[in-house]
Amino acid sequence: MSGILYLIPIALFMGLLGLGGFIWAVRSGQFDDPAGSANRILIDEDKPL
Amino acid sequence: MSTTDVLAHTRDWSLGDNPEQDSPFRDIDVFVQKNGKNQHLDLHVSGAKCAACLAKIENNVRSMDGVTEARLNLSTGKFAVTWQGPLPASAIAEKVSGLGYGVSAAAETDAEDLQRKEERELLLSMGVAAFAAANIMLLSVSVWAGAGEMGGNTRQILHAISGAIALPAVAYSGRPFFRSAWSVLKRGRANMDVPISLAIILAFTVSVVETIRGGEHAYFDAATMLIFFLLIGRFLEARVRRRACSAANDLAGMSNRAVTRIDCDGNAIKVNPGVVAPGDTILLAQGERAVVDMALADALCELDESLVTGESAPHVISQGMRIYAGAVNLSGPIRAKALARASDSLLADIARMLEAGEQRRSAYRKIADKAVSLYVPFVHSTAALTFIGWMLAGAGFRESILIAVSTLIITCPCALALAAPVAHVVAAGKMFQLGIFLKSGDALERFATVDTIVLDKTGTLSLGVPQLSEETDAQVIKDAAMLARASRHPLSRAIADAAGPGPVAASVKELPGKGLEAIVDGEIWRLGSARWIGHLEAETHTRNLFLQRGDGTPVALEFTDRLVPGTDEAIRSLEKAGYQTEILSGDSEERVAEVARELGITRYTAAASPQAKAEHLEKLRGQGRKVLMVGDGLNDAGALSLAHASVTPGTAVDISQSASDAVYSGGIASIPVLLKLSQRTRSVMLENFTFAAAYNLVAIPIAVTGHATPLVAALAMSFSSVAVSLNAIRLAAFVEEK
Repeated sequence: MSGILYLIPIALFMGLLGLGGFIWAVRSGQFDDPAGSANRILIDEDKPL
Repeated sequence: MSTTDVLAHTRDWSLGDNPEQDSPFRDIDVFVQKNGKNQHLDLHVSGAKCAACLAKIENNVRSMDGVTEARLNLSTGKFAVTWQGPLPASAIAEKVSGLGYGVSAAAETDAEDLQRKEERELLLSMGVAAFAAANIMLLSVSVWAGAGEMGGNTRQILHAISGAIALPAVAYSGRPFFRSAWSVLKRGRANMDVPISLAIILAFTVSVVETIRGGEHAYFDAATMLIFFLLIGRFLEARVRRRACSAANDLAGMSNRAVTRIDCDGNAIKVNPGVVAPGDTILLAQGERAVVDMALADALCELDESLVTGESAPHVISQGMRIYAGAVNLSGPIRAKALARASDSLLADIARMLEAGEQRRSAYRKIADKAVSLYVPFVHSTAALTFIGWMLAGAGFRESILIAVSTLIITCPCALALAAPVAHVVAAGKMFQLGIFLKSGDALERFATVDTIVLDKTGTLSLGVPQLSEETDAQVIKDAAMLARASRHPLSRAIADAAGPGPVAASVKELPGKGLEAIVDGEIWRLGSARWIGHLEAETHTRNLFLQRGDGTPVALEFTDRLVPGTDEAIRSLEKAGYQTEILSGDSEERVAEVARELGITRYTAAASPQAKAEHLEKLRGQGRKVLMVGDGLNDAGALSLAHASVTPGTAVDISQSASDAVYSGGIASIPVLLKLSQRTRSVMLENFTFAAAYNLVAIPIAVTGHATPLVAALAMSFSSVAVSLNAIRLAAFVEEK
């Protein structure tokens, strides 16, 4: 039961990392063009891997 | 005026010596932002819809000399280009235009900027609320699972952690609701955000108190989940609205054209339209669109006013007569005196008409708003009565407050808030697949209640572009094209289109109001009106041109304005569905009557100015009719914004597109589909609202009798939201009837 004392903070910390990443993504304009992002993956680049 | 007074505007047709000079984008330099070595330009690109377009535009521009960055936003159409070096801005615009897309200088309006910020804020709030709700739920499930076995201390700790997560989340993510509720309460009224804010704050406060006292129930999970679900609805709505607003850029794009002013030294300089003052001398080049209202200073000029009046035949004006902003100069370069500032021009007047229409439309009470006005007092009184009831029953303050708060939470309008936005979003997506671009969700409700359809003629029912009659002899077309290719006159362009690419006669003279003249193989060839050529026996139907080669007999070239294919069936199906149809056009009586006859439409009004169109709509509105206006020209823009609902074809002027509620590509057959789908959406929305009401009827007794624990409240909320969303998704299965 005492495991909870450190497990919960770890879980919350990881959640906060995810939230931080999301906030960064929104702030840097990555969600401003959903149609564009959706279509860019379909663009054929003719460069060899 | 005798023919000898005519000022012949000659133009030397040595083609393509200086492509940059002749570029229609040469003025775009005015809009370039310079920052040290970097030059930046924002363009508005229309017509880009898919990955291929995106790749084509970006790659082509990136390959240009000195370009460091070229990014197209497919959702808004904004194309941001940064480059260094001598590359002229017009070359970039030319490149994109050459790929087949519409280009204009972009100007982000204040409204658009505000919307973008609002949407971003909603998205961030949603993210924070999601994080909080998920983590608190993690802890709450532990508490519920441990009911009966979990010790009081453990429970208190878990509640405390939940509270610590909830506090910043509620304070940050709840802002949109708190702000809205506060602004409304200050004016002594209430909207849906009032009970929402009340529920959130009360739930949070009661939970804090309960946690401190070591009590059994805490509502942190319900509060954060409530915020999260409601934010989803808000965000979806904001997104739909913003997508629509980008079309309004094109209105600015039309006036975002540099004006050539002649100063007192006689030099022609390019200026921003905003600085043009009445009395300035303006030089209007051939093919250029006027940005301010002007009076002609030269002797004669031929104008294409179809954008402004809807009149399809070009208009010849003489010295002193007015050139409206929006008209295109078809003859050689002319000088004119500005009559008013750009902001006072006809274009600006129409823009103001649009705004007035916008305001009228936003005052329309949406179904959601009507539901809310009933709901809010109901919720408040129920909660208050519950509290009083339990107190009277001897339950004590704490107990009563808990039950009252749980009543408030469980009746909280998650389902109600999602009912409309979800339906709108699904319907808008479905329409997009069917080739209809919907501007805003509430337009759907207005489409569903339409009973009368008013159609413009040119560009909507008819193609709006003169077509050379099919019976014309091929040799005649070929010969006429040798002169026609030199002119920008719509009839000349029709001939040039019919003939395809080919040679142009040298030194073609264009005489406004008369025609084209050139020397071909030693003979004088003329292409023009009957009267000028001297063929007086012919009917002076303005749609006919005559070609005279040397001394030969003049040959007639006939033009017709064809109907858009599929119009007949579309009108039939609309009439069958019970709509009253009529035509409202700025074109002449005889042409409108012809089209009306062909389509079997009995009611029509011809030769209507933009103001007359608006008045006609007001009259219909006064008769209690709900009008759907279908139009494409600038002259329709005022009417479009005044109608109950409006729709424009994709080929329409951008201004009309931004004034209307929806844009359809793929012909007029889209209109019956649009109306049908709107009616389906409306019934789905009503179903959703009914469900939300029914859910409340079930939930309230549960809450009032004290059985609503946080578990029950959370489950009820998720269930109602999901049910409403699923119901809306049924719209995606809508199938067009053939």
